[in-house]
Amino acid sequence: MSTIIDPRERPIGYLPEGADINRNIAMRRLRGKIWQALFFSSLVIGLLALGTLLYTIIDDSFGYIAVQTRRDPEELADRPLEELSKEELIEILRANISAGLFRRFDRDEPFSERSKESVLQLIEERVIGREVVAAFKLTESLLERERIEATVRERFPRAELEFHSWINREFLTRPMSSVPILAGVGNAILGSLWVIAITMLLAIPIGVLGGVYLEEYASDTWYYRLIETNINNLAGVPSIIYGLLGLAVFVRALEPITSGAAFGVTDSNGRTILSAGLTMALLVLPLMIINAREAIRAVPQSIRQASYGLGATKWQTVWHHVLPNALPGILTGTILSMSRAMGETAPLIVVGASTFIVFYPDSVFDKFTVIPIQIYNWTSQPGAQFRSIAAAAIIVLLVTLLLLNATAILLRNRFKRSY
Amino acid sequence: MTVAEISSVTTAQTNGRYAVELQNTHIYYGSFRAVKDVSLQIERQRITAFIGPSGCGKSTVLRAINRMNDLIPGSRLEGRILFHGKNIYDPDVDPVEVRRRIGMVFQKPNPFPKSIYDNIMFGPRINGWRGTKAQADELVERALRGAAIWDEVKDKLHQPGTALSGGQQQRLCIARALAVQPEVILMDEPCSALDPISTLKIEELMLELRRNYTIIIVTHNMQQASRVSDYTAFFLMDADRAGQLVEYGPTEQIFTSPNDKRTEDYISGRFG
Ligand SMILES: Nc1ncnc2c1ncn2[C@@H]1O[C@H](COP(=O)(O)OP(=O)(O)O)[C@@H](O)[C@H]1O
Ligand SMILES: [Mg+2]
Repeated sequence: MSTIIDPRERPIGYLPEGADINRNIAMRRLRGKIWQALFFSSLVIGLLALGTLLYTIIDDSFGYIAVQTRRDPEELADRPLEELSKEELIEILRANISAGLFRRFDRDEPFSERSKESVLQLIEERVIGREVVAAFKLTESLLERERIEATVRERFPRAELEFHSWINREFLTRPMSSVPILAGVGNAILGSLWVIAITMLLAIPIGVLGGVYLEEYASDTWYYRLIETNINNLAGVPSIIYGLLGLAVFVRALEPITSGAAFGVTDSNGRTILSAGLTMALLVLPLMIINAREAIRAVPQSIRQASYGLGATKWQTVWHHVLPNALPGILTGTILSMSRAMGETAPLIVVGASTFIVFYPDSVFDKFTVIPIQIYNWTSQPGAQFRSIAAAAIIVLLVTLLLLNATAILLRNRFKRSY
Repeated sequence: MTVAEISSVTTAQTNGRYAVELQNTHIYYGSFRAVKDVSLQIERQRITAFIGPSGCGKSTVLRAINRMNDLIPGSRLEGRILFHGKNIYDPDVDPVEVRRRIGMVFQKPNPFPKSIYDNIMFGPRINGWRGTKAQADELVERALRGAAIWDEVKDKLHQPGTALSGGQQQRLCIARALAVQPEVILMDEPCSALDPISTLKIEELMLELRRNYTIIIVTHNMQQASRVSDYTAFFLMDADRAGQLVEYGPTEQIFTSPNDKRTEDYISGRFG
């Protein structure tokens, strides 16, 4: 790097004798370069971490499985099972399992009330007994096919090798099962959406209204400052504490309401979707308020002045100018809160999410499970197959989050304004 | 207090010469007295200029006249400000009503991030506008014509007001203020963010508006004050940094033969 000024030439001006400026250009550039390299390497580290995460998840979600059945489905009927009627399927089931087991299934849920799919699932589980005896990762499956084939031939001569995507339509729609290949996240997705819906329904309006009050109405007095400090601190309280709070307040103290007993629901306790949603709402509320306040504060004061100057009341100013202009920022906060609520596990375990339920929630007074709890549950089970469905569930969680965020970002851009 | 009530006070108590009267006004921010004992009578349908060095309380006095200071936490006023003979700081006066009748134009143009049309109609709407779509269109046109900007924006009424140039934005803000039918318009350095040509347009506009409105303008520009204003008030800080009214009179007299030595020094550029 050369300079245009000869360093020996003294600049004209008021510099004291012996002092100098316009030196060290090379050194300054070098320092800049070093910092730039540092920034860049941080980015690379971040990308590497993300890449590794995605790689392990995808590696577990696809790959060969060795499948072995107890009975060949073709032996059971002359047509594919899917084409049979529910009655024919019930007959097949009756003929192939013990009478005692059949009666037990009937007691659990009478066959007359079961859907055809549920009967079909029982046949698959109990009669055909499709069983995955070995599962392999994606990289192995792609690179070491021969070795996998040899291993399977040797250890499970009856088994067949097939390429399996652990994430598939059945996985998305089916409920829990103790058999990995039959398990799905259907009811967990639904549970997550229910809980999120309640959380957002409560946290968005309360958070925004609270933020408006603190920013536009509250005066700068010691008690409001105390409230502010508390809200800021609450945002940093570990989520498990909120779980304990939810357990004490919503699950126990308010059980008549959260279990639905007060509304005529009989067979339930306080460990319901409603309790979970309320707990999550408490958890994200400080975040929502802080964010709403920031968004409201970012609305230029000149806009408020213009509005007041025309004879608008405080409420008219808030409604016509402050809120619309703060909306993009509020939506950003909503995205953050929603993602937080979506991924939280600990408080829901405390509030009593069920780790194993097979039915789909259809009211806020139902027991529930959510995707992160399923993931937690499956990762703590032994065996490659549980790892695979856990990975598949992680993909589902990530995609759900991505979709929710994309919606919020689209909304935000739609409402974006320039001053 | 409603418009009708204030107006009935008008006929009863004022002879109609003064639009606004400040009587022994002191203005505080918390414990700091920013303005000390200002008494001033603003003549109707004239342009009054407030001049003086930075920080001497010109904006503070201006904002007090339509109770915009109420929005600043800790601000407080002693004394009286009469509008139609009624003290606007009386407890039974609603500041919202005051601001509708005494409009304000700010230093930095601040159109709403909405269409030009909605910028104009916002004021009427929030003040309980009742009228047809055709009447609204007419009001928009009149306000924009009144602010001498109609020809420039008549083809883009539904485009954002923020997309206009600085000078156009400022005239839009004036039009917006006109649309709520004020009697007095306060302008706080309305040209300080504008180029010379836009400044000239606003000055011409002020002279035009003088026929129907009372205008009070804060300006740092001596030429501007002497060009447009009929009366000039000169403010200065005293020893404890409180702004005071030093001299007030016809602009001509203030600029040619001021009574106070300090006014003369300021006008001839010796300080400030
Ligand atoms: N919002 C405020 N809070 C506290 N002090 C203020 C505020 N606005 C103005 N002041 C003070 O009041 C005095 C007068 O200010 P201002 O009216 O803005 O002067 P000018 O418009 O003549 O430059 C200054 O000392 C200023 O610091
Ligand atoms: Mg000022």
